[in-house]
Amino acid sequence: MTVTDTEVVLEADGLTKHFPVRRGVRDLLTRERKVVHAVDDIRLTLRRGRVTALVGESGSGKSTVARLLAQLYGRTSGDIRLHGDSVTVKGGRKFRAYCRRVQMIFQDPFASLNPTHTVRYHLTRALKIHGRSGDTAAELEANLRDLLLRVQLTPPERYLDKFPHELSGGQRQRVSIARALGADPEALLADEPVSMLDVSIRLGVLNLLRDLKERLNLAILYITHDIASARYFADETLVMYAGRMVEGGDSETVTQNPAHPYTRLLIESAPDPDRLDRVGDLQPPEERGTGEPPSLIAPPTGCRFHPRCVHAMPKCSTDLPPRFELPANDDSNRGHWAACWLYEEGAAK
Amino acid sequence: MKEPVLEIKDFCVDYGLGDQGVQAVRDVTLTLHRGEVLGLAGESGSGKSTLAYGVTRLLPPPGVISGGSVVYHPPNGDSYDVMALNDAELRAFRWAETSIVFQGAMNSLNPVHKVSTQMLDVIRAHEPGLTPQARTARAQEMLKLVGISADRMDAYPHQLSGGMRQRVMIGMALVLEPQIVIMDEPTTALDVVMQRQILAQLVELRERLGFSVLFITHDLSLLVEFSDRIAIMYGGRIVEEARSADLYKDSLHPYSEGLLKSFPALRGPRRELAGIPGSPPDLRGMPSGCSFHPRCPHAFDRCSAEIPVLGVPSARNDPDRSVACWLPGRVPVG
Repeated sequence: MTVTDTEVVLEADGLTKHFPVRRGVRDLLTRERKVVHAVDDIRLTLRRGRVTALVGESGSGKSTVARLLAQLYGRTSGDIRLHGDSVTVKGGRKFRAYCRRVQMIFQDPFASLNPTHTVRYHLTRALKIHGRSGDTAAELEANLRDLLLRVQLTPPERYLDKFPHELSGGQRQRVSIARALGADPEALLADEPVSMLDVSIRLGVLNLLRDLKERLNLAILYITHDIASARYFADETLVMYAGRMVEGGDSETVTQNPAHPYTRLLIESAPDPDRLDRVGDLQPPEERGTGEPPSLIAPPTGCRFHPRCVHAMPKCSTDLPPRFELPANDDSNRGHWAACWLYEEGAAK
Repeated sequence: MKEPVLEIKDFCVDYGLGDQGVQAVRDVTLTLHRGEVLGLAGESGSGKSTLAYGVTRLLPPPGVISGGSVVYHPPNGDSYDVMALNDAELRAFRWAETSIVFQGAMNSLNPVHKVSTQMLDVIRAHEPGLTPQARTARAQEMLKLVGISADRMDAYPHQLSGGMRQRVMIGMALVLEPQIVIMDEPTTALDVVMQRQILAQLVELRERLGFSVLFITHDLSLLVEFSDRIAIMYGGRIVEEARSADLYKDSLHPYSEGLLKSFPALRGPRRELAGIPGSPPDLRGMPSGCSFHPRCPHAFDRCSAEIPVLGVPSARNDPDRSVACWLPGRVPVG
C-alpha cells in the first residue's frame, strides 16, 4: 500500500495560529503588535485507517495543531478541509456537525471526565448530542453496552454506574475514548492519550486505539512527545519544532533514518537500554545537543533550529527551508521529506 | 570493597492510623552503596516516593513511619540511625549529608527570591562560619558545575527556562557536598533532549564529587541506561533487585518482565507489545499473597495464599540479585 491510495478525511494546508500577546503600558505608544507564533504553515493529511503521529517537545505547538483541527481555536490563516471541503465553524449547529465527524481525546483523563457524574451519564450525553441514542430506553442501553464493549471495559454493567474516581487511569482513558466513539467519528485527534497513564497500561490503550482504527476504519492523529511510541503505533510520523514541521514520512523511515538534525537529536536523546555507550560517556560533538527551544514571540529567522544546529550554514539563518523530498530507494520510504537546506542538492524536485 | 552508605531495614510507612491506615511501604530492605546510582522504579502508588521521603523523615502527616531502621554511615565517624535523631541533629543531617531534588523541581524554587538568595541561604544555615565572600564563591562554583554561568546568579526563577531551573535545583542539592542525593522524578517535566543533557551532567558530577544517588522514576528504560543497580517496587514492596544490565537481560519477576516489555523500542525489529493487563492495586484493598498475582500470567495457587519473601533466587547463585516470587527457581535457597 502506498501512502496515497486511501481516502483523505481531514487535511490541513498552510495552517497558522498566532496568539496575540497582551500589550503592556510601555507598548501602548508603539505600533508593533507582538504575537506568539505558535503554529506556522502546517500541512498534514489524515487518511482513513491510518495513524499519523505528530512528535515534538513541549511548546512545539503540537497540541495547538490538534485544537485547530478540532475547531476549538480559530485559525489565523490557512485551510482545514474535511473530505475536500474547506470548513470554518465558530460554534452552534455547524460545529456540532463537524464534531460528529472529528472527535478529540484529551491528555488527562482525570480532568476530562466530570467527577460528579457516572460513566453512564458521560456516554449517554455523547450519544444524545450526536443523535445516536436510539428511540427507546432499551436501544440506548444496548448502545451504551456496545460502546463499553468496544473499548474493552467488560462486563459493561460493572462500569456503567461507576464514578470516575472509582476507575483507574487506564479505565478512565477508555471511557473518554468510548465517549469520543459515541459520535461515530471518522477522525480521532488524540492529544497525548497515554502520557498521563502508568507505564504498564500505556500499551494496552495504544493497542486498543490501533484495534479501533482497524475495525472502525478511523483516521487517527496521535500527538506525542515520545518518538519510540510513534514508531510503535503510527504509520506516518511528522516531527515539529518550534511551531513548524521539520520532517515527515513513513514512521519506520523517520525513526531509523532521520534526516533533519533536530530529529536526529531527538532520537539520540531518547532513553534506549540497548545503547552501548552510557549516558556519561562522551558523545561525538556533532551529535551533542546544546541550547534550548527558541522564544516563539521572536522566532529565529530562516530555519528555526539554526541557533542549535551543528550543521548550520549562513543560508540557514536567512532563508526558510522549504520541504525537500528525499530520494527513495523503494516504496517503503517514499514520501520522506525534511525541511532542511542540507538536502537541497539531492532533492528530487 | 562495596561500602554501604545508607542501610534501610524492614522499613514500613502507613498513611493514617489504626484501621483506616493504608500501608504504603512494607518491609523494605535496601542498601545504597558509596558512589553508586541506585534506581527505584515503579508505577504511581507503588510507594517509591513515600519511601524516599520516609528515609529522610520528610513525610508529611498523615504519613507515619511504623517500623524499621535507616542506618547512615558517614565517610569518617560513627554510623547512626536516622530514625533516632532529634530535631537539631536531623537538621544537620538533612542537606549536609542527604539532599533531595523534588518531583517537579522546577516549581520548588521560591519565585520571589533570586537564585543567589536561595543558594546562599542554604550555605549560611549549614556553615555559619564561612565569610560572605566564601559563600558567594561556593555558590558560583556550584552553578558553574551544573552549567549555568555565574552572571545568572541574580536572576529570578521565572527568568530561567525549565531546564535551567532544574540545573539550579541540582546545584542547590549538591552545594553542601552531601553523601547521598535523592532524586524524585527529576526530569519528568522536561523533554528528552534536556533530560539527557542533565543526566549526562549528573553522571559527570558524581564521578567528580563521589556522592551516591537514589534515583526514583517510572521510566525503567532510562534507569537501565543510567543506573548501576535497580530495585523495582510494586504495591509497597520491593519485588526485584539486580544490577541494571542483569535486570534488563534476565529479569526474574514477572512484573519486571512486563514493565520492560511496556517500552516500545526505538531500534531493532518492531515487535507487538502488550503491556501488563489489569490495573495497579488499590492500597486500601491489597490482594492477598503476592500483590501482583491478579495481573500475573504465571500465577498459581501459592501466589494468592502466601506473600513471597525477597531473597537470592536459587536459580542464580548471585548475591547481588534478589527477587520476591514463588515461581520455581526464584524462591530463595534454604
